[in-house]
Amino acid sequence: MVTAVTNFGRSGLYDWLMQRISAVVLLVYTVFIFIVVLLYPDISYQEWNGLFQMTAVKIFSLLALISLGMHSWIGLWCVVTDYLTERMIGKNANWLRFLVQAGCGMVMFTYFVWGIQILWGN
Amino acid sequence: MISFSIIAAFIGDNGYINVTDKRPVNLDMLTIKLPLPALASITHRASGVFIFIGFAILIWMLEASLASEASFNGLKQYITSPLSKIVIWAVLAGFIYHTVAGVKHLINDMGIGETLEGGVLGTQIAMALSAVLIVLAGYWIW
Repeated sequence: MVTAVTNFGRSGLYDWLMQRISAVVLLVYTVFIFIVVLLYPDISYQEWNGLFQMTAVKIFSLLALISLGMHSWIGLWCVVTDYLTERMIGKNANWLRFLVQAGCGMVMFTYFVWGIQILWGN
Repeated sequence: MISFSIIAAFIGDNGYINVTDKRPVNLDMLTIKLPLPALASITHRASGVFIFIGFAILIWMLEASLASEASFNGLKQYITSPLSKIVIWAVLAGFIYHTVAGVKHLINDMGIGETLEGGVLGTQIAMALSAVLIVLAGYWIW
């Protein structure tokens, strides 16, 4: 019987690994952004924009965006399949959980496309 | 015989082995005293949900900072207001806590601090470190 259809990679082990890989990517990206912002509090628009024009930074930022989507899908899957269940909230739980996951998925997709537009749109 | 009855208890009405069926569940969250690592686990989740929403603000800030020189300067002006400082600090606090708790998790994954005592100590360290970083972030913002 299939019991897991909304998890990220159809297997708990794959999700477990992807959650950690995406976490490390996001951690390194966060450290990178914080170092820039902390070391150059008076950075000019030209310097800041120039940084994000660099191909390496665009690649790194896109990697972080993809990681953000994966990480939040897996994390929110863990949360909703623990609390939005028939045992916790009653008969309509499965429909409600599906709707919440669909909504979260839309938000993730929006962040992803929005981020691409910011990185390549100007 | 004992093992047979255990297996039989796991077989549901439809004949499939179903470990979620028919076992008594007694997890009344209001009567269970949460140990510190459990509190860390639930707050790790809560902070994750919170910053998932908060990311809208961070991405909006990135957009404003890159769109044009005028919007860059506008953002610099905008984030000086007390309300936006509080909002940014709240998002950063959630982000810091989630990140520190996540690093603790990765360290646990490597087999470090997996004992009962280690779990409590690791959580205490993570919470203290988060508190220090959150205060520093507040100092940096104001």
